[in-house]
Amino acid sequence: MPNSLLNSLLVANRGEIARRIIRTANRLGIRTVAVYSEADADLPFVAEADEAIEIGPPQPADSYLNASAILTAAAQAGVAAIHPGYGFLSENADFAQAVEDAGLIWVGPAPESMRAMGDKIAARNLMSTAGVPVALGTPEPVPDVFQALGEAQRIGYPVMVKAAAGGGGIGMSAAHNDDELKAAFETARSRAERFFADPSILLEKYVPVARHVEVQILGLADGRIVALGERDCSVQRRHQKVAEEAPSPAVTGALREQLLGAAIKAGEAVNYRNAGTVEFLLDTASGELSFLEMNTRLQVEHPVTEMVTGLDLVEEQLRIASGLAPTFDPDKLPPPSGHSIEMRIYAEDPKRFLPGPGAITDWVEPTGEGVRVDSGYAPNTTVTPFYDPLLAKLIVHGKDRSEALDRARKAVREFAVAGPKNNLEFFTELLDNADFVSGAYDCKIVDRMRAKQP
Amino acid sequence: MAEVRAEMTANVWKVLVAQGDTVADGDTLVILESMKMEIPVIAEGGGTVSAVAVAEGDVVQEDDLIATVD
Repeated sequence: MPNSLLNSLLVANRGEIARRIIRTANRLGIRTVAVYSEADADLPFVAEADEAIEIGPPQPADSYLNASAILTAAAQAGVAAIHPGYGFLSENADFAQAVEDAGLIWVGPAPESMRAMGDKIAARNLMSTAGVPVALGTPEPVPDVFQALGEAQRIGYPVMVKAAAGGGGIGMSAAHNDDELKAAFETARSRAERFFADPSILLEKYVPVARHVEVQILGLADGRIVALGERDCSVQRRHQKVAEEAPSPAVTGALREQLLGAAIKAGEAVNYRNAGTVEFLLDTASGELSFLEMNTRLQVEHPVTEMVTGLDLVEEQLRIASGLAPTFDPDKLPPPSGHSIEMRIYAEDPKRFLPGPGAITDWVEPTGEGVRVDSGYAPNTTVTPFYDPLLAKLIVHGKDRSEALDRARKAVREFAVAGPKNNLEFFTELLDNADFVSGAYDCKIVDRMRAKQP
Repeated sequence: MAEVRAEMTANVWKVLVAQGDTVADGDTLVILESMKMEIPVIAEGGGTVSAVAVAEGDVVQEDDLIATVD
């Protein structure tokens, strides 16, 4: 089908991201099909799609990770394409291949690009060859504790221990000496086997004071790679992001040029197509960048980029997947306008960040100028323990960072959630934290906030 | 006697103790899983496990009994 936008789309995901993708597809006149587990029948994304197909019981392995059930639903609904969202099967190259083999359009990169970036060790080696800055680390999987100790000697403490197939901070921990390394290695390996079915472990030089900065790239249908600016995702708990902003308060002039240039090189090295994110650590002391990983999909925090660029990234994804040019001129990228902050409203307590699912009895979303809410729930729906705790993303935009902060404070005050636990109180605290307000914070900001607690 | 109860709705991932085991303060009795997170359930005092009320794969609700330590 030359020069026309795909006409029907199955969204292989749930919650806020399924809803967000369906919203854009509906606006573009694309027929939408939702798939859902038994636990999610009452959620808004199921009602908002043109058609919805139940694919299995609540456990992710039996539903949202069940490739054959999803492909069967796609065939039954007769769709042209599948959008995987984030998480679940979004970075599963075998699934992407199966989608293409079934004659459907995969709204994402080629399976080979996903494979090249999916294994963190192979990706590090490839990036190093491509001239992307990479931290000192292990070029091969570390098979046992004995070799890990040797590698740590070579790299020098502190080191970060990670699952090569991992993501989401799972199984990741820093070690400052041999004893900590032994413990970290065992933890990483058991988590890696359990969550990723691959025990390969990687050691990397650990940067104690760093910011997490990442670049949104788009691999266009004509093969060009464009970088749509950076996001700062340094507000993390358990190595998982809770708030993000664009642009990064720590990135200016020459550093931005270097950062965006490195991200484009990374994309070019794997012939990247569609939306992807190249993640870096920025050593706040030395100003040095090092490649962390590439996420070969739409990112949770993509809205902050949308707010400062004015683009709809899902629309760009659907256009690229259809072989069409983007909505903007790639030679004249507009400079980012204003400042945007995203807060992940999680069903977890604001002190220890432990999950607390439950039935939603009250739910009031804030509204107003520069306020956007991407939510997965509504009043009288239930947050179950089967999936990640994201209830909604509260996104604000202002002409500058100070206005964005003011709008964020007001929106947090106006957001009401009752039933499950929620972390709104954490954001009240964050938005008044001196380091966050000044912009001079790093990945330990949440640990520091919690260390002050009595 | 100390009753150990679930802090949240969760799936029981691992049961690490059995009836009759001796446990110390801070020992992990059971690991729950909720919303993609492992949550260890800890003994809040030493003693003997007199009952384990859950099995691996069970779903527990907030305040459900997990184990009793005497």
